[in-house]
Amino acid sequence: MNSEKKILVEVRNLKKYFPVYQGLIIKRHVKDVKAVDDISFDILMGETLGLVGETGCGKTTVGRTILQLYEPTSGKIIFDGVDLASKQENEIRLMRQRMQMIFQDPYASLNPRMTVGSIISAPLDVHTKQKVSEKRDRVQELLEIVGLNPDFINRYPHEFSGGQRQRIGIARALAVNPDLIVCDEPISSLDVSIQAQVVNLLEELQNRLGLTYLFIAHDLSMVRHISDRMVVMYLGRIMELADRNDIYLHPSHPYTQALLSAVPIPDPDKASQRERTILEGDIPSPLNPPKGCNFNTRCPIAQENCFTTDPEYREIEQGHWVACHYARLPEN
Amino acid sequence: MDELLRIKNLKTRFHTQDGVVNAVNGISYQLEKGEVLGVVGESGCGKSVHALSIMRLIQIPPGEISDGEIWFENRDLLTLSENQMRRVRGRDIAMVFQDPMSSLNPVLKVGFQIVEALRLHTDLNPKAAKDRAAELLSLVGIPEPYKRLDNYPHQFSGGMRQRAMIAMALSCEPKLLIADEPTTALDVTIQAQIVDLVIKLQENFGMSIMWITHDLGIVAEMAHKINVMYAGYIIESGSAQDIFKRTRHPYTMGLLGSLPKIDEEPGTKLLSIPGLPPDLLRLPKGCPFYARCNYREDHCKEEMPELEDTDKNGHLVACWRWEEILAGEIT
Repeated sequence: MNSEKKILVEVRNLKKYFPVYQGLIIKRHVKDVKAVDDISFDILMGETLGLVGETGCGKTTVGRTILQLYEPTSGKIIFDGVDLASKQENEIRLMRQRMQMIFQDPYASLNPRMTVGSIISAPLDVHTKQKVSEKRDRVQELLEIVGLNPDFINRYPHEFSGGQRQRIGIARALAVNPDLIVCDEPISSLDVSIQAQVVNLLEELQNRLGLTYLFIAHDLSMVRHISDRMVVMYLGRIMELADRNDIYLHPSHPYTQALLSAVPIPDPDKASQRERTILEGDIPSPLNPPKGCNFNTRCPIAQENCFTTDPEYREIEQGHWVACHYARLPEN
Repeated sequence: MDELLRIKNLKTRFHTQDGVVNAVNGISYQLEKGEVLGVVGESGCGKSVHALSIMRLIQIPPGEISDGEIWFENRDLLTLSENQMRRVRGRDIAMVFQDPMSSLNPVLKVGFQIVEALRLHTDLNPKAAKDRAAELLSLVGIPEPYKRLDNYPHQFSGGMRQRAMIAMALSCEPKLLIADEPTTALDVTIQAQIVDLVIKLQENFGMSIMWITHDLGIVAEMAHKINVMYAGYIIESGSAQDIFKRTRHPYTMGLLGSLPKIDEEPGTKLLSIPGLPPDLLRLPKGCPFYARCNYREDHCKEEMPELEDTDKNGHLVACWRWEEILAGEIT
């Protein structure tokens, strides 16, 4: 079903290492935090690609690197046919009109000293030469789109609740009519009933404006709800990528299986029926990832070669990619 | 089962510059021995404040426990002196907090902190207390416990810190363990480990647990009884089956509708609850859920409904219209 869709973003062999220096006077580059370590995937036009993983798996770094907020260590990001790495900073700034971001913390991502009007029109100041009155009209239109009262234009962020602030963040991202919005955990700091409001709003906007989302989160059930396809990351690598139903019905990577079984189900009958895989131990430090497969320290099915050889990231059926030597093929 | 804790009409409020914040507005319930109680609700619903009130850890002023009784094993905790209360905390009732980094002292070794609790509440000698601390660490699944006792909290990962907190809470074999969002700061796979651990410990020790969370999924899996709180009131209470399968309060329905279902069709819309929770500084006179409720009528605005036993079997609901909603007379 996705085959006829156009590719909006191609990520190829992307690596992002953060160097670690040691030494008081002469700073020596001693090692790297491998936040993102050789990953490749596509984002299709008009889809929502969910990106899930636990703390430190590199999901936020992927989002930021796509927007060129971090310069990749190596690898390519091709946005609508243009390789972003080959562009100068000012050309990238022009491209950013087409890619925007919604941040996790609605309390930290809005300047408390700016009015809502000036926050939302900031991207318009950078990217357009609109007159003040035009910008004002556009801001009011945007407030209405995200379900806020257009008269709030002169208020300050502290006058709003978390959910409303997140709506302001969404309005700001929409201001320049982007194609791609990277949503970096937009709902994880909100209460359950408010989360649903924001997710519904994001879905409605996608239908109306034809947006493409990269939806980053650690809440699997919400990601599954909103995504068309999902990427599961662990310690800087992609473990599995598939259609959202394939991931849920036939998770092939042992990490995906464990992750899914760890999500609490709000239904006492289903919760008592299912089998749970409880992973042992903690996530290793990305400073010092294990040799071989990244997941081998916690994997319930790890064999000898998992500790020596990196598993190949391979397509086990159409559109279903897994990085595991022993990935189970779905049984039909 | 025997009763362990009975709360009657507990009210806690805070006097602030802006006025009086009514955090807990008259809640009553009881907890049996060996029972796992889940307390769910969103931010500001009073779930943590009510737990802190039980422990008498509310700072007075600005806080004030303005009314109510907290009966724990035939003693009203609210009438105890601070000295008597100190003997209850840690020994009879222990608490695990949300953020394991800020609830462990960063400049003291983990072992010292566990031993301290043991030495305060039991008459173990230093050597025996240390052995007991190591035993507790291995009980909560921390390998090489003797070595770990000499570690500082920053040398532990988030999940291990929470395990250490649980070890400390269990050190004196409390009768009631209050866990205030103990897994909110943790990743799902680590959360699953902690939930699993607590369930096992509960089965072994037979203590009662009060698990406070905003995650309905966790309480569905572990709780015998669930209290749903909203704006300082308990608005629905019952077994997991009652709450999830025979939901009767419109707020609980909305909360469940806000969660994606595991077997939903693609393109299903979530049933969100419109609006925001009420401002605790200016609580409405009637039902606090009135402004967001799909089933509201004028009467709801005037008077707060009492909790009513809807099936003569402990499924309590505070709603004027639950019978009509149940009968499908209104939608």
